[in-house]
Amino acid sequence: MALLEIRNLRGGIKDQDIINGIDLTVERGEVHAIMGPNGSGKSTLGKILAGHEEYEETGGTVRFQNKDLFELTPEERANEGMFLAFQYPVEIPGVSNAYFLRAAMNERLKYRSEPEISAGAFRRLLDKKMKQVDMDPELARRPVNEDFSGGEKKRNEIFHMAVLEPTLSILDETDSGLDIDAMRIVAHGINQQRTAENAMIVITHYQRLLDYVVPDYVHVMYQGRIVKSGRKELAFELEEKGYEWIREEVEAAG
Amino acid sequence: MEAIETLAQQEYKEGWVTDIEMETAPPGLNEDIIRFISAKKKEPEFLLEWRLKAYRHWLTMKEPNWQYMAYPPVDYQDIVYYAAPKNTPQYNSLDEVDPELLATYDKLGIPLEEQKVLAGVAVDAVFDSVSVHTTFKDKLAELGIIFCSFSEAAQEHPDLVEKYLGTVVPYRDNYFATMNSAVFSDGSFCYIPPGVRCPMELSTYFRINTAGTGQFERTLIIADEGSYVSYLEGCTAPMRDENQLHAAVVELVALKDAQIKYSTVQNWYPGDEEGKGGVYNFVTKRGACKGENSKISWTQVETGSAITWKYPSVILQGDHSIGEFYSVALTRNKQVADTGTKMIHVGKNSRSTVVSKGISAGNGQNVYRGRIQVLKKADGARNYTQCDSMLIGDRCGAHTFPYIDVGNNSASVEHEASTARISEDQLFYCKTRGISTEDAISMIINGFCKEVFQELPMEFAVEAKKLLGISLEGSVG
Repeated sequence: MALLEIRNLRGGIKDQDIINGIDLTVERGEVHAIMGPNGSGKSTLGKILAGHEEYEETGGTVRFQNKDLFELTPEERANEGMFLAFQYPVEIPGVSNAYFLRAAMNERLKYRSEPEISAGAFRRLLDKKMKQVDMDPELARRPVNEDFSGGEKKRNEIFHMAVLEPTLSILDETDSGLDIDAMRIVAHGINQQRTAENAMIVITHYQRLLDYVVPDYVHVMYQGRIVKSGRKELAFELEEKGYEWIREEVEAAG
Repeated sequence: MEAIETLAQQEYKEGWVTDIEMETAPPGLNEDIIRFISAKKKEPEFLLEWRLKAYRHWLTMKEPNWQYMAYPPVDYQDIVYYAAPKNTPQYNSLDEVDPELLATYDKLGIPLEEQKVLAGVAVDAVFDSVSVHTTFKDKLAELGIIFCSFSEAAQEHPDLVEKYLGTVVPYRDNYFATMNSAVFSDGSFCYIPPGVRCPMELSTYFRINTAGTGQFERTLIIADEGSYVSYLEGCTAPMRDENQLHAAVVELVALKDAQIKYSTVQNWYPGDEEGKGGVYNFVTKRGACKGENSKISWTQVETGSAITWKYPSVILQGDHSIGEFYSVALTRNKQVADTGTKMIHVGKNSRSTVVSKGISAGNGQNVYRGRIQVLKKADGARNYTQCDSMLIGDRCGAHTFPYIDVGNNSASVEHEASTARISEDQLFYCKTRGISTEDAISMIINGFCKEVFQELPMEFAVEAKKLLGISLEGSVG
């Protein structure tokens, strides 16, 4: 059984479908990149999978770890092992990053009927993960994302992912707004998390992140559908020819 | 164990509670009632005179009406001004108590024996804090600290009571304080001698007899030169009370180099969803930094009562004295909280800090009302005020009335205010990390109140956090 199986998924905001029938199968150990021009429905896919209230599925099925995804609340999806790295991470004033992560970690353990993590063990885990993703320890003490720079916020998302060790991570434009140095650090952090047991869906507009986080598959979205899938070489082709090429192909076929 | 049991029974036998249990005055307020109260308490003459002066003045006063709330008129002749504390249990076992109330106690982590006391169930065996109480009392006595009920102080230490009573809140102060001065039932008295640092948090909790002093409480705390005391009032568990009107007075006196830290958690019965049956809490709390380098700090967490109306204030008389006010007020359903502070700068280089956090949910209304007054001679006085409101839902309200009155050009007064909502994005973010909506709200609210909670003594802070979470359950979504 695949980790994630999306069959003919449709959905969007209110009465307007943005996703118009997507099929995608993700196995453990795989990294799938989803590319596409602005407005093609990439981020909407991430939000529907994570369970954002304003978005609604109107058709199709999604099975995650062999469970009906839409039967699960957003927090249950998270505790089952799904993770969404936000394009625009949210600030939570007065709540320290470390405290927030420990609360999240304990929710997860409780969901799995395991005992809570001790303060000492959690401290050691944080130290280890901070090193892994090259995170300034100061940022763990500060309130979640408050007064973080754009780059720090993105790095914090990867830090959250490293601590929570999800089985499926959806990274929504994690590279946007980053300069090349920051992107390298973020990419390094992502690569540190790749194992044979977990999988990632990397949503990105540009090919450049994929130079560092090399995907197993690349899918191109256009008008709410996956119109082209291939291996990592597809990303280079897109970079070279631009999205105009996809548009022409789709229109010629249609 | 046996020894403790005997001790506990002794305490009970000799306590003043049993002594006065039999008697209750008829309803109504007049000079005879006041004489009756004073006689019952075996008060010294000066105290009776003081009560009578207050009463006569009260007759000339009008009930105020400037506050941001409306409440049905109170019939002051229908109130019983002297009643024996109710130590007769209403229930025989916890099975008879409202299960919802018990669920709240469990969530707050209150031990079973204490639950019984709070809910009014007969307590059979030894109540832990009795032994704690005795040990503490011995230790305090060694240091010369006086900590007892107000009635006891009036008898045992009349000189101290006479010297300080009414020096911060005079009997003419305001309608409710004046009424309190005439009929106050009981309360706490505390005196810390010069140079003594009180080694523990003094809490009404350790004074077993406090139960039932309720309605018109009077507290007087004096920190003599160079002393320090931290005082805790209240309890996080919801307290039911049959008295609808509460008009307490708290006076704090800090002499040269002395410090008083006063922390309150107020969780009186707020009434049902319509606010029916809830307590009206009209309190006058004021401290005087009489000596130079003295400091008074108020920290309050207000979650209960149908109406809360209080402005813990500091008169900064001494040069270089410091006044602080940290407040969290939460209102939901139809609760109203009109609260804030007054900082009156008299001394040179006096400083004050005000941090107020108002949280409104449901139809709750939260008012911050504050006055910063800098008198002519207060050279170099400084104030910083921060006033933040958080709204949950779209039927509640937050209102701010800051009054600033500066009479000295060298003073610096800063006021910052903000209003926020819990955003859907914040909630979604927490959910994608596995945190449920209710836990997320409680976390966000606690983050919002952090600056206040960190002023509370550790254990109180933990309870206060839980309390806010419980109070907000079901408020969102």
